[in-house]
Amino acid sequence: MKVDQEEEVKSWATDKGYIHIRKEYCKGCGSCIEFCPRDVLEESGDLNKKGYRPPVPTAPEECVNCGLCERVCPDFAIWVSEKPEDELRYDS
Amino acid sequence: MPLTTLDEKPKKPQDVETTHPMEKYLRPDRLPHIWCSGCGLGTALNAYCHALDDEGFGLDDFAVVSGIGCTGRVAGYVASDSYHTTHGRAIPFATGLKLANPEMNVTVFSGDGDLFSIGGNHFIHAARRNVDLSVICVNNYTYGMTGGQVGPTTPKTARATTAPYGNFERPFNLPNLAASAGAVYVARWTSLHVRRMKKAFQKILTKKGFTFVEVISPCPTGFGRKNGQGEALDELKSYKERSVIRDGADPTKVDIKMDPDSDIVVGTFVDKEKSTYSEVKEQQLAGKV
Repeated sequence: MKVDQEEEVKSWATDKGYIHIRKEYCKGCGSCIEFCPRDVLEESGDLNKKGYRPPVPTAPEECVNCGLCERVCPDFAIWVSEKPEDELRYDS
Repeated sequence: MPLTTLDEKPKKPQDVETTHPMEKYLRPDRLPHIWCSGCGLGTALNAYCHALDDEGFGLDDFAVVSGIGCTGRVAGYVASDSYHTTHGRAIPFATGLKLANPEMNVTVFSGDGDLFSIGGNHFIHAARRNVDLSVICVNNYTYGMTGGQVGPTTPKTARATTAPYGNFERPFNLPNLAASAGAVYVARWTSLHVRRMKKAFQKILTKKGFTFVEVISPCPTGFGRKNGQGEALDELKSYKERSVIRDGADPTKVDIKMDPDSDIVVGTFVDKEKSTYSEVKEQQLAGKV
């Protein structure tokens, strides 16, 4: 049975790209929040279906798309993607 | 500051990818996986997928073989050809797979208990023969799935279900065992060294011969809880403080101790060239058969 992934993923726009979080995969280990070099993420106030608190980007403008959250997440619940070239604003 | 989500400000939703980039190597219908919160296995699998992606592997180019245990579940989550073998027999199965199809890139992804206790003999003989296999051992110092018993890598004095007064046995030093049995590439990283671990995986995927990477991983449920190591996040923080990168270090001196102030030596310990089992066989049989 394939779950409907489109609806589960929420995306945030940053200056360099997007942060995507699939909150139902998150097990609340906190690695992404702890090891983000720019302190972009914080623990969410809401619980997911399993009872864990997924991360939420509270400072998306700080994100530089380094992708460490994606690498350090054991649950494939967070990842980043780049913006298309024509949308990037280099002056910001 | 109000959050800007794509729902409020849609720019080009068709350009935004809404699946994990590594999902092409996984079976999405099997996710989320069964591993505990903060377990390093997911990170190791994530790094392995990134390594496959960076090396441009397709799903038909590689196979994953696992044994029994928490790490044994990796074979069930990878979308390529994969096999979940009986306890300890991941390496014999992978050897057969490699010899029958030399084009296939075979990875053994298993735990310390499976590879070094039940399958210890197979490991040393595959390393001795230098069969062209990539072996990834996720070492969490215990038998996690069965409830945290003493395993071959449990450090001395560590508490476990079967060692309530602390472990009396001397543990295996895995890089030393692999190097002395004849592995051509031996490295150790913790599950926090995500990018270096990925580079090591890239190396073992492309290097010929018996290659071995040990990944130190937290087991908050089976090991950390009994030893006062806190949550998985606390263990990851301790890796950050304790690990020391020493490439080319003598593998005989990289034991892991229970003392929270002792160093965890990580890095690439062995990287050499040696003819593989198949190459030697071809060479000796040339013109005779």
